[in-house]
Amino acid sequence: MRNNNYKFVQKEVIAQQPPPLSQAGVTGWLWKNLFSSMSNFSSISAALQSIIMIILTFVLLYFCGGQLYSLIDFALISAVWSDPEVLKRGSCTTVDQGGSLPSGWSGACWPFIFAKKKLLIYGRYPAEELWRVNLVYLTLFLGIGYTLFEGAKGRQWTGLAMLTIFPLFALILLTGANFNISWSTNLLLLGLSILFIFFGELTRRNFLGNIISELTSLFYICGVTLFLIFIAALLLSIDYGLSYVETSDWGGLLVTLVVAITGIVASLPLGIILALGRRSNMPIARTISTIFIEFWRGIPLITVLFASSVLLPLFLPDGVDFNKLLRALIGVMLFSAAYMAEVVRGGLQAMPRGQFEGASAVGLSYFQSMRLIILPQALTHVIPGIVNTFIGLFKDTTLVLIIGLFDLLGQAQSTIADAYWSSPAQAPTAYLTVGIMFFVFCFGMSRYSMFMERKLSRGHK
Amino acid sequence: MTKEEEKEIDQSKMTISEEVVIKVEQMNKWFGHFHVLRDINLTVNKGERIVICGPSGSGKSTLIRCINRLEEHQKGLIEVNGVELNDDVKKIDKIRSEVGMVFQSFNLFPHLSALENCSLAPIWVRKMPKKEADDLAMKYLEIVKIPEQALKYPGQLSGGQQQRVAIARALCMEPKIMLFDEPTSALDPEMIKEVLDTMIDLAQGGMTMLVVTHEMGFARKVANRVIFMDEGQIVEQNNPNDFFNNPQSDRTKLFLSQILDH
Repeated sequence: MRNNNYKFVQKEVIAQQPPPLSQAGVTGWLWKNLFSSMSNFSSISAALQSIIMIILTFVLLYFCGGQLYSLIDFALISAVWSDPEVLKRGSCTTVDQGGSLPSGWSGACWPFIFAKKKLLIYGRYPAEELWRVNLVYLTLFLGIGYTLFEGAKGRQWTGLAMLTIFPLFALILLTGANFNISWSTNLLLLGLSILFIFFGELTRRNFLGNIISELTSLFYICGVTLFLIFIAALLLSIDYGLSYVETSDWGGLLVTLVVAITGIVASLPLGIILALGRRSNMPIARTISTIFIEFWRGIPLITVLFASSVLLPLFLPDGVDFNKLLRALIGVMLFSAAYMAEVVRGGLQAMPRGQFEGASAVGLSYFQSMRLIILPQALTHVIPGIVNTFIGLFKDTTLVLIIGLFDLLGQAQSTIADAYWSSPAQAPTAYLTVGIMFFVFCFGMSRYSMFMERKLSRGHK
Repeated sequence: MTKEEEKEIDQSKMTISEEVVIKVEQMNKWFGHFHVLRDINLTVNKGERIVICGPSGSGKSTLIRCINRLEEHQKGLIEVNGVELNDDVKKIDKIRSEVGMVFQSFNLFPHLSALENCSLAPIWVRKMPKKEADDLAMKYLEIVKIPEQALKYPGQLSGGQQQRVAIARALCMEPKIMLFDEPTSALDPEMIKEVLDTMIDLAQGGMTMLVVTHEMGFARKVANRVIFMDEGQIVEQNNPNDFFNNPQSDRTKLFLSQILDH
């Protein structure tokens, strides 16, 4: 017999009830994340699985705990913290090794790092000029901190100043400026910039035909950039009364930060231009961008650095010499721009076609729709990839060691060679210090990117 | 049945002038080897409400997308407000700023609020001060009846509300012509009415409208001309009354029987 009694009307609304304890609160969290895999004893196989899980959990806890404890013991508990009698290596060696510590001791030798801290942070920068580096460091950290601080007044202007004025300021302070820039170079820069702006003005008024009129913004951008370079060149050739410091005297954290920040700051805009070029309909722009990207992605950074320091001088005429640091900077910049371009292209390709059409349909030009609609969304989507490239670049700066620049790691390695501090603890302590310093910077970038992601994804689906 | 109540339509408000705003002559378009649009001829006067219908793949969306150059035509002539469409970017930008377009999938900018979606183009294309553009955007959000959603992001709005924001966004450029590409096809049945009502209001305001849609009720009530397209050609054009009651071509009869008989 069929049951035809399906007629039903819900008369009252069922009130919301709290979830069961296994779903909410601390118990719920513990249950879901820790115990749910090891609490099922309903059948023999399930019970066996649970028992294996319990054993595995304890084995892993033992290993991780053990490793963590050894690290803490080495770095904090057993470590030597001071060297009041200035024994140098004596303070960090055991009785058997000729020192004062009991045999079998092992720990970090922090007095060694304290003694070498100037070298690690500034390299061989002259001691009486250190205030210049300190001033640059201070401006850098204050500027970045203020720019990144949510809700700070005028942070976008601070950011702009950090991108435009700060590099010049840092360059003048760190090198001492007073460069010998010839008048002909200055005049050439000024002339070219005026020429470009003039062309921009011509195309804006449509004197040069319709096809060229699309290049208006390009002409203006080139003109203004050249003009800014001209002003920078003028400022750099002034004598500020600062003594000249060779870049070969820079080292440690200073070199790491200079290389990494230049690479990071330059790679994003260059990468965006290359990515747009590679996605463009114009065959020439597309071909040039593709060749550039594939070339730089196809060779290792070490090769780029070697080529810049060994190969490049062979092609330059006698007497023309580029600074070694500058060559490395340009290499790192172009290299990271190619990587960044591919990350950005990924974001551009993920944009639905409707966004391009919506932007064109309301009358926005190509550059406006890219700047206002496409890039803000595309870049937000690829923040993890962008920060990945930044962090990779920051760590890759250690490779400049092979062309004779002493970055943080290179400087640390050079201090290990100091025989006055020679002890078994010397190398581990130096590497631990370098590791911690890199970790602080990279972890900082990573956390800030996660904050940005959360902030920018507001309002999105 | 108050919800289903028919919206009062005052035909006298919808006057058609002599001025020609769109002229399409012998226009042809190909996608690769596929001939999508074949010898299209169409003249639209100011104030006309034209509904374009036809089976999918008949080229009706492509036709209206050609009118603001989202698609490029290969042969023939398209003139909008007396300006001929060709490769000239400046002309294209000018025409796009005078022709509003509403898409099936809304294409709102998800990173901007409803208000910013609307004020963006006036600020950047019309170079309007921000304050003035915001007021303008508010005015049109009120016209589409969602001023209270102005600060929400598209992702927080329902489909019907999103489509109305999209209409307001197009209206903010104060266009002379509005193109609608299946504006209700992506909507739940409950939301279709609110969008159609907005479009009826617009028609009463004297807007020139080209609407690709399957809403035959809307065509009967609002349109002054219905165009039936099939296989890239305009098969039949007539006033709605004759079009629905006395179709001439066999293909039109077949199409109408398929969409109306259920």
